[in-house]
Amino acid sequence: MKKMIDAKNLVFEYIRRDEEGNVEGINRAIDDVTLDVQEGDFVAILGHNGSGKSTMAKHLNAILSPTEGTLYVNGYNVADEERLWDIRQSAGMVFQNPDNQIIATVVEEDVGFGPENLGVETKEIWKRVEESLKAVGMYEYREHSPNKLSGGQKQRVAIAGIMAMRPKCIILDEPTAMLDPNGRKEVIKTLHDLNKHENITILLITHYMDEVIDADKVIVMDAGKVVMQGTPREVFSRVEDMKKYRLDVPQVTELAYELSQKGMPLPAGILTREEFVEAVCKLKRR
Amino acid sequence: MIRDITIGQYYPADSIIHRLDPRVKLIGTIVYIVSLFLFHSFWGYLITGTFLLSVILLSKVPIKFIVRGLKAVIFLLLFTVAFNLFLTPGEEIWKLGFLHITREGLRTAGFMAIRLITLILGSSLMTFTTTPNQLTDGIENLLGPLKVIHVPVHEVAMMMSIALRFIPILLEETDKIMKAQQARGADFETGNLIKRAKAMVPILVPLFISAFRRASDLAMAMEARCYRGGKGRTKMKPLRYHGRDAVAFLVFIAYIAAIVIFIK
Repeated sequence: MKKMIDAKNLVFEYIRRDEEGNVEGINRAIDDVTLDVQEGDFVAILGHNGSGKSTMAKHLNAILSPTEGTLYVNGYNVADEERLWDIRQSAGMVFQNPDNQIIATVVEEDVGFGPENLGVETKEIWKRVEESLKAVGMYEYREHSPNKLSGGQKQRVAIAGIMAMRPKCIILDEPTAMLDPNGRKEVIKTLHDLNKHENITILLITHYMDEVIDADKVIVMDAGKVVMQGTPREVFSRVEDMKKYRLDVPQVTELAYELSQKGMPLPAGILTREEFVEAVCKLKRR
Repeated sequence: MIRDITIGQYYPADSIIHRLDPRVKLIGTIVYIVSLFLFHSFWGYLITGTFLLSVILLSKVPIKFIVRGLKAVIFLLLFTVAFNLFLTPGEEIWKLGFLHITREGLRTAGFMAIRLITLILGSSLMTFTTTPNQLTDGIENLLGPLKVIHVPVHEVAMMMSIALRFIPILLEETDKIMKAQQARGADFETGNLIKRAKAMVPILVPLFISAFRRASDLAMAMEARCYRGGKGRTKMKPLRYHGRDAVAFLVFIAYIAAIVIFIK
């Protein structure tokens, strides 16, 4: 399988300057990160505030370029400025605030904004807009004003706007942070649909643990470093390590962990309520 | 209060006026405004008035809704009328102290009022029947020739449409900030004008900060979606003239002809 994202020893430094422009200090936002993501994967990146996960996302879309190390996105080197638009077309980005990324006053026109920028023909734009709005389940709202939509709906329109550019990969920087629980569910479900049916690689940056459970792979970042990687089960079975990085685990996992600490022989890495019930029932039967 | 202003709003309806090309409506509005200042006779106003009324009826925008737009400019209207009424020299017909009304004053004031009202109604009819996006597209297209002398036409049009998109968002935000400040004991309602103006500072500062933050976010989102200026950009809804637009142009020529004949 093809590597969608391939980062080797990536370093990024924010340089703080005083009023005269002298260097005051250097913040290492990304510190020697090596990771790769396969095409078609659903990857979640976890980390508390300031862990470097947003900075990482901005690299994948070539909004920032690395201080050291190499990063390839869909086979393009992000340091190659001539490939800038190819990179942005193949790796679309959805941001946290749904209001600040919708440009047009009508839903369908906003979805058409990306293809317009790419110089796609008018007829093809309409086709893409229709397909992308259908893919996120917002087709019936195509003539509405974005201001009248709920947060979850706005975020789905933003995702459709990226889909219309025919990307290989979508990076989402805390897309659910400003949404209510229903909106969050809508957005996450849409992402899984796109991942399964359209084979879009998804990189979801979040700090909601429940959104991570169904991912193929979880990457945990702390202080600019990748500190844990693996399937959700592998990562969440290390409850103590997660706590060290100031991250939660899903509620059920936490409960199972606390119970096993108190002597109940439950297996590590229980992720869902069903699994928990099953494990407890097994104990009773014994 | 700000929400009462209907000028510049779009009124969705399915009418022949709504379907006209925005360029036709833009040119038409400018021609109409110019035509209002071409003559000084009662019959001329009858023509402009009837023309406007028939376009309003064709547009299916309720007259009540259109007239509400006048509220915002009522002061301007009263001022103009008062100045013309009291300050035009000529044959005196009424006097009270230093105020006097002349026959000429009465006439100019009346004409001025009709002119202003038709002007405002005519131009607001354009925004009622044209979506903001069509409007900016039309402006971009009509100003296109200015690109030769390096006027950033596309960028200006893009700024306009973004501004239109963010007006309701910033209004909502202003509301939120006002409530937040009121909850902390800020007082916007009492005191003289200066005191009230000073009370606006704690609203404006957070509003500006948030607007800048939004602008920076939006710029990033636009770049992430491959926005790189007007070059090489295609249109989802390109402007194309239809048969009805030709008819509209003909109607305008007939209208101008009628006015020119009346001036003679």
